[in-house]
Amino acid sequence: MAINVRIPQPLRNLTGNQSTVSAGGETLLACIAHLDSSYPGIRERVMDEAGQIRRFVNVYINGDDVRFMDGLATPLKDGDEVSIVPAVAGGA
Amino acid sequence: MSVNVYIPTPFRHLVGNRTNVHANGGTVRDVLRDLDSQFPGFQAQLVDSSGELARHINIYVNQVEIENLQGETTQLKDGDEVAVIPALAGGAPTVMTPEMVDRYSRHLIMPQVGSAGQRKIIEASVLIIGAGGLGSPVALYLALAGVGKIGIVDFDVVDRSNLQRQILHQTADIGKAKVQSAKETLLAHNPNINVVTHEMPITSDNAFEIISQYDIVVNGADNFATRYLVNDASYLLKKPLVDGSILMFDGQATTYIPGKGCYRCLYPAPPPPGMVPSCAEAGVLGAMCATIGSIQATEVLKLVLEIGEPLVNRLLLYDALSLEYRIVKVRRDPECPLCGDNPTIHELIDYEQFCGSPIGHIG
Repeated sequence: MAINVRIPQPLRNLTGNQSTVSAGGETLLACIAHLDSSYPGIRERVMDEAGQIRRFVNVYINGDDVRFMDGLATPLKDGDEVSIVPAVAGGA
Repeated sequence: MSVNVYIPTPFRHLVGNRTNVHANGGTVRDVLRDLDSQFPGFQAQLVDSSGELARHINIYVNQVEIENLQGETTQLKDGDEVAVIPALAGGAPTVMTPEMVDRYSRHLIMPQVGSAGQRKIIEASVLIIGAGGLGSPVALYLALAGVGKIGIVDFDVVDRSNLQRQILHQTADIGKAKVQSAKETLLAHNPNINVVTHEMPITSDNAFEIISQYDIVVNGADNFATRYLVNDASYLLKKPLVDGSILMFDGQATTYIPGKGCYRCLYPAPPPPGMVPSCAEAGVLGAMCATIGSIQATEVLKLVLEIGEPLVNRLLLYDALSLEYRIVKVRRDPECPLCGDNPTIHELIDYEQFCGSPIGHIG
């Protein structure tokens, strides 16, 4: 199982500035756990204390928002692309 | 050459009450002559006392006014669409001066814009939230395009640290109100437009009054409180909102059409203060502003011209370092408190409290 994960600018300090990293996992939750074991700290940036995806962070699997699928339980397959996209307010 | 001629209501009695008739001719002049032989008296309706085409008559070939082509000597080919349109007394048509025809010639020459489209641009009114990094290129390109009324909301003054990216302002403008500096720059680029300055923060108390004066809203705010406020007010007033944001080397852009999803559908809640840095805290590459701002300006012009596919239900993600653009889906959330099936937000709220942060700088 190889999942490509797109890391947004604000989280790249955790991935050694890599914009894309590889991870495993049968579900999104397992993928995030796997990511966190390789790049500690990612989990808490994406998920809150209650174990839910933070409301200002969107996670997409192949361009689809997981909030409109099965959230963290959404299954993953080999070659899927996961994108983590936080809200950004900058305009100035 | 056989062309199809559209006949407007006032002239239909001359052609047996038909909407479209066929005519032959190699040029517009030949076609008018042929129409007159088929329908005696037709040409007399179009010319003034000196026999020239009357000034209140516009003739279009494939939606381009012949003034922007070769006038009555414009060449025609088989199947061309010719329309004869008189100015009607109800509502003065937008007059394009020769200076404007020259200035906008690269628009006018495109069939997707043409005279009719350029008039739509001239008649459009667009509000830009923030005269900063994004607001600068958006305002500049809309001004150059001829958008007739551009409103700018900002209460800040120009600071030296703005000049690395905010192309509306120059070194001599340091200390000047941003809206004033913006107005001077825009009018220097295009004196034909009207720039309205709103030198104040946009708040729950004034947002409806300001936004209701415009057709389209462009967001170039620099904080979450203003972004949620502008989203809610635009939705409640049924105005399209062209959104963009930038940070470091990343940018995002999307267009919200009321009823097809909003900022709250995309991001239901703001981050806690300090969780996502601002441009002031994390920095932004100046040239990024042009990339995202230009996409926003393009979206506005597409909406005005009613052409193409707007960036609706799609979020464009731009990564300057890898130079990649990606698009992810944006859906209207049936649970959205603003635009969902059972909305709970019917008026503007306290956004500073909602976001836990002050409205602060807006552009």
